[in-house]
Amino acid sequence: MGVLKIAKNKSLKDMLRHVPYDRIVNEVAACCMKAAYDLPQDVLNKLKEYLNSENSVRAKEFLRQYLENAEIASTERMPICQDTGFAVFFVEMGELVKVDGGTIYEAITEGTGKGYKEGYLRKSIVKDPIFNRENTGDNTPPIIHLKLVPGDKISVVLAPKGGGSENMSQLKMLKPSDGKEGIIDFVVQTVTGAGGNPCPPTIVGVGIGGTFEKAAFLAKKSLLREVGQPHDEKEYAELEQEILKKINASGVGPQGLGGDTTALAVHIEKFPCHIASLPVAVNLNCHAARHAGFEI
Amino acid sequence: MSLVSLSTPFDENTVRKLKAGDQVLLSGVIYTGRDAAHKRLCDLIEAGKELPVDLNGQTIYFVGPCPAKPGQPIGSAGPTTSYRMDAYSPTVIASTGLRAMIGKGGRSPEVIDTMKKYGCVYFAATGGAAALIARCIKSCEVVCYDDLGPEAIHRLEVENMPLIVAIDSEGNDLYQR
Repeated sequence: MGVLKIAKNKSLKDMLRHVPYDRIVNEVAACCMKAAYDLPQDVLNKLKEYLNSENSVRAKEFLRQYLENAEIASTERMPICQDTGFAVFFVEMGELVKVDGGTIYEAITEGTGKGYKEGYLRKSIVKDPIFNRENTGDNTPPIIHLKLVPGDKISVVLAPKGGGSENMSQLKMLKPSDGKEGIIDFVVQTVTGAGGNPCPPTIVGVGIGGTFEKAAFLAKKSLLREVGQPHDEKEYAELEQEILKKINASGVGPQGLGGDTTALAVHIEKFPCHIASLPVAVNLNCHAARHAGFEI
Repeated sequence: MSLVSLSTPFDENTVRKLKAGDQVLLSGVIYTGRDAAHKRLCDLIEAGKELPVDLNGQTIYFVGPCPAKPGQPIGSAGPTTSYRMDAYSPTVIASTGLRAMIGKGGRSPEVIDTMKKYGCVYFAATGGAAALIARCIKSCEVVCYDDLGPEAIHRLEVENMPLIVAIDSEGNDLYQR
């Protein structure tokens, strides 16, 4: 795995697959619009499931409005939420692909600008965090997480991330002695402490282990999983359920105005850890959990 | 809990009658404003200068809408999280006679104290129901701060915008229940 094997009598040059720059630009632009307009089916299904199980009348009405809103957005081709987010891309790039006419970073950046302009999506990015908060005008730059993989394909997933739920995310460097209980307390406190701010019911992404930045990345990456799909390992799947149950017993509810539905799912991703550390990151996604992707 | 149809602008008496939990259908003119616009308004207030918009009896909706498609008055336009305006709202309420705010999520004790003192109400709109809410908005024009893009202050005409009184002028707070 990962070692490039060059076939006999073939040079590396012959094996490279060429992808035109403009093709990536156009695919990315279309992807930005699709993500903003179409709430994925797994999210819709989860909202319907919780609409059935919710007991509060007000909470039920919010869940019903989310579903109606998603339908209007998809039919009218308009954004589900006015916060069309920071464009966060997860890209897997085959080591045998060559982008002709520019770099993959440039192509995704240009495609983002094009998609946000042509799709009438909101431009939410300012040039500088402190001294010059002037809007960049085209929602660039995007955030690009690039991973080199074997093969000759490019796979792109876009998860536009709104500010409201991102602002309520947290990271804590726990001690190994804090263990599972420490993790549960931190995650539950992060979600319930956020109240109505992140637009609950949220999807709770939890990254455990690795380093400071690895935990944050894992928390974000876990949000790409199909909503409610359990972790592969039984212990972690059980931990996800235990945390979800505690969160939904809090009574925070949709919009923070009470109810049984505070989170739609808890997703954990983990990584090996330093002997001294237990990093835990919680990345919240609002109920409008948008993502779209393509493969070239 | 009751369902009330209301029209802007408000007088103090109308605002004082609203109770946390009331469902409201709001019609009339409201103004948009979020982080950057609030900062500018407060800078002007502190400097003792005139504001570019008269907010006496008016309503501010914390929103940064999407651009309008051709033929539409506005793009998707749901509420943004209100706590970010907590630093500014007391100054705005006390200085302008603002009677109502629309947003999502809880407010600080300082904001609630000012609402009680001056007679102001806080409505919750449904966060993330931005396409649904856009249907209630009949017109949209920029009043000032066009350079802020989505953060400019817009004048909206709304019809039957569905809201909930989340915090009333007596300080009753649905987020604390």
